Formats: sequence, structure tokens, C-alpha cells
Amino acid sequence: MCHLLWPLGAEIALDLCHVPDPRGTTLKAIAATYNRGLHRFAVILACWTFLLIIAGALVTSNDAGLSVPDWPTSFGSLYKIPKLVGGVKFEHTHRMIAQGAGLLTIILAVWMWRAEKRRWLRMLAIAAVGTVIAQGILGGLTVLFFLPAPISSAHAALAQTFFCIAVAMAVFTGRRWIEEVPRVEFDQRRPSLFTLTLLSIFVLYVQLILGAMFRHHGLSWWPHVVHAAVVSFVLAWTAVRALSIYSQIEAIRNSAILMLSLLIAQLCLGFTAFLTRVSWGKDAAQPELPMVISTVTHVAVGALLLATTVVLAIQVWRHVPVAFEERVPQVERNPSAA
Amino acid sequence: MNRKRWTILASMLALCALLLLAACNKKENTEQSNNSATEQQAQPAATPIDPATVATVNGTVKFDGTAPKPAKIDMSQDPGCKGTNEAESVVVSGGDLANVFVYVKDGLGNRTFEAPKDPVVLDQKGCQYHPHVLGVMAGQTVQIKNDDPTTHNIHPTPKDNREWNESQPPSSPALEKNFAREEIMLPVKCNQHPWMKMYVNVVKSPFFAVTDKSGKYEIKGLPPGDYTLAFVHEKLGEQDQKVTVAAKETKTVDQSFKAGGE
Repeated sequence: MCHLLWPLGAEIALDLCHVPDPRGTTLKAIAATYNRGLHRFAVILACWTFLLIIAGALVTSNDAGLSVPDWPTSFGSLYKIPKLVGGVKFEHTHRMIAQGAGLLTIILAVWMWRAEKRRWLRMLAIAAVGTVIAQGILGGLTVLFFLPAPISSAHAALAQTFFCIAVAMAVFTGRRWIEEVPRVEFDQRRPSLFTLTLLSIFVLYVQLILGAMFRHHGLSWWPHVVHAAVVSFVLAWTAVRALSIYSQIEAIRNSAILMLSLLIAQLCLGFTAFLTRVSWGKDAAQPELPMVISTVTHVAVGALLLATTVVLAIQVWRHVPVAFEERVPQVERNPSAA
Repeated sequence: MNRKRWTILASMLALCALLLLAACNKKENTEQSNNSATEQQAQPAATPIDPATVATVNGTVKFDGTAPKPAKIDMSQDPGCKGTNEAESVVVSGGDLANVFVYVKDGLGNRTFEAPKDPVVLDQKGCQYHPHVLGVMAGQTVQIKNDDPTTHNIHPTPKDNREWNESQPPSSPALEKNFAREEIMLPVKCNQHPWMKMYVNVVKSPFFAVTDKSGKYEIKGLPPGDYTLAFVHEKLGEQDQKVTVAAKETKTVDQSFKAGGE
């Protein structure tokens, strides 16, 4: 699977994969050093982003998306904090947390640019800045265009994408990632575990979009509910494969167990959210607390589930590569063909 | 390009297709315009009606069955919202149904009518819209007041008119708006106070009324003729009745709605 990164350069592929070659040596392009401050800052950004996702979900569940009618200003001002009552409490708090996330991301990118040796990680930090800017613009557009479902759903999907990037940066800057020499086992099965993790991310992403479209009144509830069965099947398959064959690899075992636990929790929360919103809350005169709690928790656990699956994919990529000859592009294996 | 790359590419395309599909589902066309005023001006002059022959239609709208208990509104999230408040989606008193919009849906032919110069007033008081259901002629001014010590925002979500969303702080001057196109049960909400909902009904003729708390309505000044009278309720749907009125006649046309919108 490392061959997917080969076109981006040997440094990225080798450094991420810590590829052991058949002669028994470990190939590692860059000897990165653990930077505790940088790692902690990356963890703070990930936690802050999780908080931001909860704040965003509160805005949607409380139907407060347009309570501040202008953007990028709030009631005509860039810095004044309006009276935090009614829907403004949710919308403006969301905006303030989002501004904090943007600032933290920029600081982390600058810090990484100065202190991080791994070029691909520096590029990831820059990509995070680009993502957070795009996310802010999407948030603004959804206000200016009165919450069109496609833009609001893209805003919701990009929020979780950014969360995954933040979590990945926290993983990549962690002591274990940098100092551990990974125990590698080649995956001979088809589909490979890595393929399954990618498929899991894909079905989760589709589920995220379907859920967001339902929340923003762009689709009915049933595509999201039907697709939950697909998600459950794919994630269970991935977790069972990971736990049955690679449970001795701690990073994979822990991620797979967490993914499975979150999946079960998410299914229960989804059922509760369905009851409180679709079944019981259909004709509610205002957003009711049980609906708000269940839907916001459903969004938050969904974000954790997606991020955990991304981490599992990263760990599988690192620890369970496909056979070496498949990783090397054809041109590398047979230079005369070039 | 190998198989896996094709798979990734196909997945990305599928995601894009999903988003496009969603875009096609967009329910409203918000592109309508400021040329609505021009459209109004371009209309032919109002058709004269002989006041000596006009008729009146009145009646009562009933609710059959057990009326739902109105839900209490929790306004604690804004101390500026004083008093008590109840949901107004189905307001029934002694079997009489309030907030039904009654209008002449058909039978006026090519007659045109001038929008009145006087505005209709929509007030925000006690974090509630007054009235809950409003009738207005296309192009007529709607004067929106805020009598609460808190900020509201007024956000119509039309299908055929232009969507807008404006905040109105306490003690600020009234907003003056109009709706260019005919639209029945156009929802208006306040995103700061999610329980605040009301409906504007935009029609081209002055022959409309909204039932009061005793379910009564009255439409005056109707030229003699055959008409379709529509009774529209925000939750219970629409029911139509054919009615024929002679010159100077006062005709009573009652209607009833059943629970569940039957």
C-alpha cells in the first residue's frame, strides 16, 4: 500500500511505512525526533476541533444556523461579542471556537514548518490550514445562501475531514510513532486489511454526507438509515479481520476495538436520534432537549468513529503492508521498462 | 493507471455525484428578484367593480375531533422573552378553528386588483408573531415591528418569492417588505427563537380572510359570480368549496377540518 505514496516521493513512502527490506534492514528516510510541545499542541488542536464539531452540531440541532444573519461579520462587527441569547448563543459561540481552531491551525503549521523535519508532515500542516480556510468559507457561504443543503452538508463533511487531519497530525507527532520501530507483518489476504480500512473510510464518508443531507433537509432519513447497515457490515468485517489476524499488534488491536465500540455506540445513538427527531419530535414546536442531546452526540461519536477508522488505516498502512513486490511500482522493479 | 487507482478515482467521483444529487434536490429557487416591483408595475390597471352589486361570503371553520393540546413553549433561553407562550399550529376553541386562510382561489378570471397603499402589520411581541397567519396582496407593504426587549430575526423561507433574513434589534424602526408573487402559507421564522413561526399568504386579489379565534371569517366586496373558495391550514392542509354568489347576496359557507388533515 505504500506504493500509493510512491509518486509523492520515496521520503514520504519510506518514512510513513518504515519499510523493512527483504535483507532485514529498516528503511527510514528521516530520523525524526519527538517534540513533546509540538505533539501536545497537535493534540490540543484535535481536541479543540472535536469541541468545534459539537458546537456546530448544536447550531444545527437548535435550528440556529441563521440566527446571526451576516458573515464574516456578526451583526455588523468583526470583534464585538453580541448578547449570547437564543440561537445567537449557539451560532456565535460556534464562530468563536472556529476562529480559535483557525488560529491554532496556523500556529501549528508555522511551528511544524520550523521544527518538523518530515517534509510530508509539514505539507500536511499546510493542507490543514487550507482545509480550515475552506471550511470557514463554506460556513460563510451557508449563512449567505440561507443554509442550502449541499453547502451545509459539505461544511459538515469538511469539518470531520479536518478533524481527521488534526487527529492524524497528533498521531504522526506522537512519541510512539516516531520512536517505535514498527512490527511489520505482510498481508497476503485479499482484499487486504488496508483496502478494507479504506473501504470503511469511504462508506463512513458516504454515511456522513447522507446524515448531513438529512439534517439539513436535503434528503429523507431513509438513505442514511439504510446505509447504516452497509457501514455496519464493512466496519465489522474490517474489525474482525484486524482482530482475528493482527491482534498481536497493539496499535491495530486498540484502534480496531475502539472502532467497533464506537460503531455499536453510534448505532444505538442513531436509533435514539431517529426516535427523538423523526418519530417523536416530528411536530415539535421547538428543538427539544432529548432530540438535541441525541443528535449532537450522534454527530460527535460519528466524528470519533471516522477519525478512529482513519487512525486504524494509518496503523495498518504502517504495520501490515502488502507484500513488498506489490509496493514497488513496475518502473522501479524493472528499470529497463522505463 | 492500475486497478486500485481506478477504484480511488471511482470512489471520489461517486462522492461528487452524491453531492451533485443533493444539489439537484434543492427545494427552492431563491433567484427571484428585485425586478418583482417592475413586474407589479407592468400589470394592467385594476378592473373596476360595481360597488352596488358586490356580495359577501362569510362562515365558520370547524375542527372535527379532539383538538391536540397546544404545546407549552420553553422561552428560558432568552430572558428578553417575557410571559407564557404556546404553540399555535392548531388553535381550536370550542370546536372552532382559528388561523385558516380563506381566499378566492378561482373564478376571478382576468380581473386585476391594485395592492392597497396601507401596509399590513406583523408584530413581534412576547417572542410570538402577531398575527400567526397573515394575508397580504402581492406588492403590498408588510410593516414588521419588534415590540420585544430582545433582537429577533425575520426569515421568510418562500418557494416562489425572494428569501431574506434580517435581524431587528429592540426599539429599531419597523422593517418594510413586500412579496412579489402569489404564494400560500409562506413560512416565516425567527432563527434566534426557533419556536417563532408564522405564515404569510400572498394573493393577487383582495378577497381573502383569516379565521379568528371563533373560527369566523368574512370576505366582502366580491363581484357576483361562480368561485372556488380555498380554506388553507398550515397543518391540516387545503379544502376547496365551489360557491356562487348573486349581486348583493350574503352567503354563508362553512367548512370543517378533521384531525390529521382529512
